[in-house]
Amino acid sequence: MKYFKSLSVFCVAVLLALTAFAVSTVNAAEKTIILATTTSTQDSGLLDVLIPAFEKESGFMVKAISVGSGQAMKMGEKGEADVLLVHSPDAEKKFVAEGFGINRRLVMHNDFVIVGPSSDPAKIKADKSSKDALKKIAAAGALFLSRGDNSGTHALEKKLWKSAGIAAEGQKWYQQTGLGMGETLNVAAEKKGYTITDRGTYLSLKKRLGLVILVEGDASLLNIYHVIEVNPAKWPKVNVAGAKAFADFVVSKKAQGIIKTYGIEKFGSPLFFPDAGNKE
Amino acid sequence: MDLILEGLIKAFHLFLTLDPEVLGITWLSIKVSGLATFISVIIGVSSGMIVALTRFPGKKFVVSVVNTGMGLPPVVVGLFVTVFLWRNGPLGFLNILYTPTAIIFAQAIIATPIVMGISIAALQNLPNKLRLQILSLGATRVQMVWILIREARLPLMAAVMAGFGGVISEVGASIMVGGNIKGYSRVLTTATVMETGRGNFDVAFAISIILLLLVFLVNYIFTLIQQRERPR
Repeated sequence: MKYFKSLSVFCVAVLLALTAFAVSTVNAAEKTIILATTTSTQDSGLLDVLIPAFEKESGFMVKAISVGSGQAMKMGEKGEADVLLVHSPDAEKKFVAEGFGINRRLVMHNDFVIVGPSSDPAKIKADKSSKDALKKIAAAGALFLSRGDNSGTHALEKKLWKSAGIAAEGQKWYQQTGLGMGETLNVAAEKKGYTITDRGTYLSLKKRLGLVILVEGDASLLNIYHVIEVNPAKWPKVNVAGAKAFADFVVSKKAQGIIKTYGIEKFGSPLFFPDAGNKE
Repeated sequence: MDLILEGLIKAFHLFLTLDPEVLGITWLSIKVSGLATFISVIIGVSSGMIVALTRFPGKKFVVSVVNTGMGLPPVVVGLFVTVFLWRNGPLGFLNILYTPTAIIFAQAIIATPIVMGISIAALQNLPNKLRLQILSLGATRVQMVWILIREARLPLMAAVMAGFGGVISEVGASIMVGGNIKGYSRVLTTATVMETGRGNFDVAFAISIILLLLVFLVNYIFTLIQQRERPR
């Protein structure tokens, strides 16, 4: 009997805990926003300062799901996210044009850089044009790591290969990791390969990597982030007020100020440059 | 090598300074995987018992399905649960995607076949005549079930440990249905993946070490219960 008693006490305790869990999630439902965003905003640590500031100000809770821009937009298309913070301009325009998103607004930018081992086997250092650099990498057959995950970075990389007139996919020297930016940089560092990364993620990981920036400053390497609200006309379950509040926040003076200074203390230079209100 | 050392030092540092974030993540892992294991034990042992103690056509088929389920890949469970829990999915009205509750749900699905499979084996391993003997001594059915569970205590505790070990260490489902949200649905395994991605290998190591210690501690307690002298 002793066993039964202790067992039933235990059961009751667990049931209570479960109910507490359930209640807390039900209460949270209307006050939560699902933000689908890219790995770069999370891996660089920017979200860890932006989100608490927003939550404190607005009382909403933000569930930031960091995936590639491609997946983030898929989530928006299916109405499984309320607001997107992404960096894949061509895909974004299509997303809005097809009626999945509204109110696409410019938030910030940084740039992409081509990084690689300091030995630089394809001799691309100081190349002004990313196109030439990619051509040299292909000609030398030097290892290149691609994200391969439909992220914003991957989209840009594909665009660059296309403009260089090279069909990289399937080549022996071209490998796809299918991982986030941070992990792909780790793979590139480990295998001494080249890759394209946003500067923010690179700077935040730099001290561990042993990869150096080889090509930068080309206009085609601009990395632009937009905030898009998911169209509530298409998906009635979208948290309209929350999405708007978050989008308004990231382009507000306060958030733009946070973006402007984020990273200076830790990495010596800002990781992102605020752009709200500017033209592209 | 020095990374592992750095990780060890970091782990002790995080623990000794009682880093609130790491403590929160650890506590959530215990809570989520503990509850998931508990649910799986309730469902797994009872249904395992029914399968083990009754005879019905297609029993072998059911048992092999359960045994296949023991190797259920967490990412596959994560994918299915995500699709079901989507706002516009069949269980969307529950509104639990990207919550700790969703992780419990997914982990319970992962652990249940493990617990059930081992339970079936454990109970089938008991001597056949034991049941008749217990009943003939005048026990009620509830008493019989209870005695059988106690008789099979060693392998049943192994089932609990296997279930818990399976879910506390899985990352695929947790990251998909939980979303790895800071201070809310981040558990030890998803934090390890994220910190590795961020290149913070020392923190990743520290969290892994905490995870290992936690798994050891829980299994140690379970083993103590399992190996306890049987009260006569």
